[in-house]
Amino acid sequence: MSDSPLSSIVATEEQMLPGGWEMIVGLEVHVELATRTKLFSGSPNRFGDAPNVNIDPVTLGLPGALPVLNKQAVELAMRIGLALNCRIQRCIFHRKNYFYPDMPKAYQISQYDLPLNADGFLALPSGTVVGVERAHLEEDTGKSTHVGGATGRIHGSDYSLIDFNRAGVPLVEIVSRPDIRTSEQAREYVSELRAILEVIGASDAKMEEGSMRVDANVSVHKPGTPFGTRCEIKNVNSIRALGRAIDYEARRQIDILDEGGTIVQQTRHWDDAEGRTHTLRSKEDADDYRYFPEPDLVTVDPSQEWIDAVRAALPVLPAARRQMLSELTGYDTQSEAVIVVVERGQHEYVRDVVEAGGDAVRALIYVQQAFAEEGASPSVPAKDLAALTVMERDGKLSATQAKTVLADVVANKGGNPAAIAAAKGFEALDTSLVEGFVDEAIAADPDAWAKYVAGDEKAGGSLIGRVMKASKGKADGKIVTAIMQQRRGS
Amino acid sequence: MATTSAHDIAAGVAAGTLSARTVVDEHLARIEARESDIHAFNVVTADAARAHADQIDADVKAGRPVGPLAGVPIALKDNLCTHGVDTTCSSRILQGWKPPYDATVVSRLRAAGAVVVGKTNLDEFAMGSSTENSAFGPTRNPLDVSRVPGGSSGGSAAAVAAGFSSVSLGSDTGGSIRQPAAMCGVVGVKPTYGMVSRYGLVAYASSLDQIGPFAQNVADAALVTEIIAGHDPMDSTSIPQSAPSLVGAVNQGVAGMRIGRVIDLPSGAEPEVAAQLEAAFAALAAAGATIVDVTLPSLSYALTAYYIIAPAEASSNLARFDGVRYGLRVPAVDTNAMYGATRAAGFGDEVKRRIMLGTYALSAGYYDAYYGKALKVRRLIANDFNKAYESVDTILMPTSPMVAFAFGDKSDDPMSMYLCDIYTIPTNLAGHGAMSVPFGTGAHGLPVGIQVLAPALGEVAMFRVGGALEQAARSAS
Repeated sequence: MSDSPLSSIVATEEQMLPGGWEMIVGLEVHVELATRTKLFSGSPNRFGDAPNVNIDPVTLGLPGALPVLNKQAVELAMRIGLALNCRIQRCIFHRKNYFYPDMPKAYQISQYDLPLNADGFLALPSGTVVGVERAHLEEDTGKSTHVGGATGRIHGSDYSLIDFNRAGVPLVEIVSRPDIRTSEQAREYVSELRAILEVIGASDAKMEEGSMRVDANVSVHKPGTPFGTRCEIKNVNSIRALGRAIDYEARRQIDILDEGGTIVQQTRHWDDAEGRTHTLRSKEDADDYRYFPEPDLVTVDPSQEWIDAVRAALPVLPAARRQMLSELTGYDTQSEAVIVVVERGQHEYVRDVVEAGGDAVRALIYVQQAFAEEGASPSVPAKDLAALTVMERDGKLSATQAKTVLADVVANKGGNPAAIAAAKGFEALDTSLVEGFVDEAIAADPDAWAKYVAGDEKAGGSLIGRVMKASKGKADGKIVTAIMQQRRGS
Repeated sequence: MATTSAHDIAAGVAAGTLSARTVVDEHLARIEARESDIHAFNVVTADAARAHADQIDADVKAGRPVGPLAGVPIALKDNLCTHGVDTTCSSRILQGWKPPYDATVVSRLRAAGAVVVGKTNLDEFAMGSSTENSAFGPTRNPLDVSRVPGGSSGGSAAAVAAGFSSVSLGSDTGGSIRQPAAMCGVVGVKPTYGMVSRYGLVAYASSLDQIGPFAQNVADAALVTEIIAGHDPMDSTSIPQSAPSLVGAVNQGVAGMRIGRVIDLPSGAEPEVAAQLEAAFAALAAAGATIVDVTLPSLSYALTAYYIIAPAEASSNLARFDGVRYGLRVPAVDTNAMYGATRAAGFGDEVKRRIMLGTYALSAGYYDAYYGKALKVRRLIANDFNKAYESVDTILMPTSPMVAFAFGDKSDDPMSMYLCDIYTIPTNLAGHGAMSVPFGTGAHGLPVGIQVLAPALGEVAMFRVGGALEQAARSAS
């Protein structure tokens, strides 16, 4: 892995860990594909059903049953590959042999040395580029519930229940190169990946429901020296937990190394409640999976026409969406408003508002603040929101008033902002009237005025409050500030 | 003996001149009389067979259309899944397991009107060449009950030889149809890999397994092959083509055909067997074929490659028999101990031997030296055949080096047992088709089988030669 040109990435000074250590992180992300049926059989791929209803001879690995590859799964996996800039290639399936009660055939059909997608990358919003080694297709296992015993694991339990609904559900395993240097980057990678998977319709990518599962390979070293021995962290069930687990694990390894110890390659289990990792199994216990080509399936060799068609049907990806909003509003691609609006898929709506004559920045902020409950196609007509942004920009409504009108427009799925403002008795106050309120406020609290003149902005805030109260909220805060600054001479 | 040819039965039943029920009852009566000596079956489905026969007779009477195998009694190797009927693979580990579905071949045969009379005995999981490896006791050769019927489809071969069924199905991974056909004096066909769906065949070695028929004559074998062949969307390795017409080829003769004689054939055939092969060449030449010398230099490596590839795939295919979902479970303190206890009690020695061989061959560090190398040999063998088929239409060789041997002759010596399949294994490795046709007798007056090999999808040529050999054998006797 270390011979990849991308993994010569070195942490910046701020990213370094105490003592000159650098963390090296690679992520393995499993996502369940949003297909109608399973990877190798016609049973429904559906979460949340009663146990063992979405099963058939293939799912249960009954003697004589044979797998037949689901074309939709291949297509969704190709979408993932294309969105991650991978090469789509001729590929085969392998059997990964191991015994476990929820593995019906005692082997998992996966891909080994010839995956469908290879050699891609994911550019994070922060600018870091993380290499993607491969994104391959494989089948999920069933789900075991271990009853009795203290740990909830198979060892020490009284009995186990197995639900095979999940067995054979199509998965894509996306393996990053070890290009991640901080827990923030790891979180960013998973957030961005999730956004992409949702946008391209490949997976609902819910970590809580297990449709997206993240394992982290963590090691530490000092820059300029070979990578350290890595540990694989499993059972990370949220993006927040991922950051915590990686930070914990890096610190654990550094503590061991600083005390002269050595890191043992092993798989570790993240305990979110305790905030630490535990040994699950070490390398010596690792299975020999005896991979060999799956003789029941044939080679998959996607034609260039097929690849081109899948590529042509790909929607605009989150990064391009953020870029579009950034160009429209002047906001940074990493600003919260841009990220939030793109996550909700409301970027095109913001553009519609601007195209309807709206003010771009106000459109972005209104949508960010008031459209959290709305989907990608908000019910408020773009022209209504455009009109409101213009009224505020032109000083016809104060920010407070505009907010009230906005709430009304959202609640009623649209409306003429001018009419609503009139009905509420909103009109921009004559500046001379506002000046009068400012005079009254200064007279009522000369101490505050003195402090404000001396540079205490907080004191200014209390004066603005007085003006707003006196004007019953009709005064525009910005105009009040401007008058006060003028009086102060600043 | 009453009518037992599938063609004759189907024609008579369809015409209303023969009762399917009568035919089935006659076969069941023969089973009743001799099965205790032969042990061809793991289960005889007499009641279901009679009910199906009655239904066919009713259909004929009512003028409803019946299939091309109407009323033909058929026996199925007990590694073919049959809905609701025990499918054991002659293994304790699957004893009592009733599949919830029919194998594709079983559905097609039922739809064609074939009447299933029972499930036949085999070497456990089709691993063996004598049917002595059955967990439920061996099958005896109907021609001499002191001798084996061959294997692994010994029960299916014996059923046809004894007249228990008109035709039967077996599976052939390294010769398991052709070799017992030769030893029991019946016709056995292993079609091109992918011609017949494997859906519902309990896998031994997936890349080699192929289902095929046993019959009393070449034409019946062609008829059954036509019905079970053809694309099945449930098997990804199934060739996307419809079934070929084969029955018509049987009487076409061999005039102008080029028949290959392998000049570097691995030796070891009994002299009588070698003599019959020469007689077969002579008969075909007399019928207008040209005999052409060919070489297959890689053939001597076939057995070794097979005993890496087949056990490797078997070790994975048989891993699912873990006591968790179906079949035998031997309780133990924890899951791993349960796996061990179940598999120790459930599998016989030969199955364990092959699982261990295959597990070893696939292990990290050994894969390239064993499995990887065996795959290379496999390609070499296929290349040899393809080169030979540039100059010939089919190749002739013995099916088995020896006639049926006595019980216990080879059961303590796996290597000598493995050598039984030296002439049949190469076809499986190449993925081609081949058939065994009875041709004269050898030592002790026991039947000799001559094998007709053809390139991939060369079944028409194969059945032409098979038909000619049968005709020559009949006129000689």
